[in-house]
Amino acid sequence: MKQLLVLSGKGGTGKTTFVSAFIKLADAHAYADCDVDAPNLHLLMGQGISPEETDYYGMPKAVIDAKLCIGCNKCKSSCRFDAIVVTNGYMVDHFACEGCGVCAAICPDGAVTMQPAIAGKLKLYRQQNKAFSTAQLKMGSGTSGKLVTEVKKAMNIKMQKQDFAILDGSPGIGCPVIASLSGVDFVLIVAEPSMSGISDMKRIIQTAKIMQTPMAVTINKYDTNLTKSEEIEGFCREEKIPFIGVVPFDKRAVEAINSGNTIVDIDCVSGRAVKEVYEKLIKIL
Amino acid sequence: MNIAVLSGKGGTGKTFVSVNLTAAAQNANYIDCDVEEPNGHLFFKPENISVEEIAVKLPLVDYKLCTGCRKCVDFCAFNALAYIGGKVKVFDEVCHSCGGCLLVCPEKAVSEKDKVIGRVERGQSKNVGVHTGILNTGEASGIPIIKNLLRDMKKDEQGLNIIDCPPGSSCIVMESIKDADYCILVAEPTIFGLHNLKMVYELVQLFSKPFGVVLNKCLKGKNPAEEFCINQNITILCKIVFDKMLGTENSNANIIVRENVEYNELFTSLLAKVHKEVQYETTPGA
Amino acid sequence: MKIVIPVDEKTSGTGVCISFGRAPYFMFYDTETKNSEFLLNSAAESQGGAGIKAAQLLVDNRVDVLLSPRCGQNAAEVLSAANIKIFKTQGTSVMENIQDFAAGKLTVLTEIHEGFHNHGGR
Repeated sequence: MKQLLVLSGKGGTGKTTFVSAFIKLADAHAYADCDVDAPNLHLLMGQGISPEETDYYGMPKAVIDAKLCIGCNKCKSSCRFDAIVVTNGYMVDHFACEGCGVCAAICPDGAVTMQPAIAGKLKLYRQQNKAFSTAQLKMGSGTSGKLVTEVKKAMNIKMQKQDFAILDGSPGIGCPVIASLSGVDFVLIVAEPSMSGISDMKRIIQTAKIMQTPMAVTINKYDTNLTKSEEIEGFCREEKIPFIGVVPFDKRAVEAINSGNTIVDIDCVSGRAVKEVYEKLIKIL
Repeated sequence: MNIAVLSGKGGTGKTFVSVNLTAAAQNANYIDCDVEEPNGHLFFKPENISVEEIAVKLPLVDYKLCTGCRKCVDFCAFNALAYIGGKVKVFDEVCHSCGGCLLVCPEKAVSEKDKVIGRVERGQSKNVGVHTGILNTGEASGIPIIKNLLRDMKKDEQGLNIIDCPPGSSCIVMESIKDADYCILVAEPTIFGLHNLKMVYELVQLFSKPFGVVLNKCLKGKNPAEEFCINQNITILCKIVFDKMLGTENSNANIIVRENVEYNELFTSLLAKVHKEVQYETTPGA
Repeated sequence: MKIVIPVDEKTSGTGVCISFGRAPYFMFYDTETKNSEFLLNSAAESQGGAGIKAAQLLVDNRVDVLLSPRCGQNAAEVLSAANIKIFKTQGTSVMENIQDFAAGKLTVLTEIHEGFHNHGGR
């Protein structure tokens, strides 16, 4: 199964808008939302369907038994993450706790133990022969890299026979992005023609290069700054990265999304442009 | 006073709001905690930059003392260590610098060395102090950089500090708002924007932070984010109408309050409103 | 020679697992005795560094060769330090891959992908 991942570096460039359009155009049966911190794809693609939910366990968290605690402070002084606080006795800040186990190891009388902790929920939307995998990380949790892997796995297990899968990525260049890039066949970078957008695009391109993933670039809302759009195109030429077209700013895109439709479900300029980008993409893939 | 600007969703205008708010305030500090994709410095173009490298600790094994007992490998909760052919192999990117391996080694054969993961750049733009955290590409966590940025901030008790937070509501965002006195949530008028607004709304309530919403890029027609705020009795600090000119200026990294009187007034009033909200929160009996 | 393959189930009809680090089981095959054994992969549960832990398991079980469709960089480094060679599997049949390996038909796995950097707690 060929996997296409859509990334951008910067947030708000239009990844989910593009992915939802591609899903419709390709009539894809396997897709996933790897942005487990702030998932959005389900708002368009999961409407009216009840997902199968699975608890996702992250790193275990330290728990202090107040009855056994003698207040020696060894745990607090050895915690590198400021996760032990003294309010009503010694307690663990479970948002800060990374599950390393040092406090449990150093406690002289076994008052600290490591307990399993739910870090999020995996959601699988199934309909006829389609599988849409997504997840929601619990607030403050950090194990998003593994959860992204679980999201992809849930889709892969059900849809091995499909020949094409589309993944909606997350902003940034860290852990969850690296996890989503792993094992993917192609990445499409949606760029924004702004100084911030270009700076972030360069960082994500560098990250994808480290992962040796073939890529192409497209510009969304290109007409909001033609000079910057030209700059992006020039950059791609220099770096020999395929540049597969542009999509104009379109107020009707907002209307479509807010009504629960993709931009190719209505007749609008951005929808038509995305279709052309999609066609060029398919040729490369 | 520390004001954190966050949004849950990327691209709603956190940087636009934080940069212009700081510039309108004049004597203030802009602190960029979006260390994976820092952008504020592109607008401020700070001068007199000082750079501080941020490092994390990695384990270092002394083979004269190591007996191959593997207690370190077995203890590591992150599987950052492997034992092959008499040597302990350390996987730098997987290590969380918890110090556990040092602790459990019975021969005291494990010590630590530094590894640089990013930097903090501090500079000046007119009367704004610009503090930027930058995570090196390939590194997974920016938390140590954010900690450094905010530690510095704590020292200046009198000043006004505006914290530009990363998108989302994960642990790096939590780290960024820990010391905030007030949070500004920036929302855009789409269902995606609303969905993510709800996440940061939950986050600020969890941390008991006073907060208000700035509705950005407002268009005619339905605004799901505005409806939500009205239904939940959330303070709407101001509404910024979608303005193509603004988009262009922003994409050219221009600070609009330094060029346009109307927007200068808008952000100055926003700041005044936030001051009032904070006073209201902290005044007993109010 | 001791060969190991990541597999989906611990039954003889099982197929090759697409993942190495998080494969549910490993099957060991001894080319001399023609015996096979299954081992539960305790690394699969890990929040992070699953490839490293799985590779360590193989090192500790003294395997000579790994047959796998994929392998990450971190795991590959552990295996290489222990002189365990990695060959690329073809298709999902365990027995076919073992036979193909014996006949010299399998190639060395060269496409090693970056470590997942799955950080727990961050």
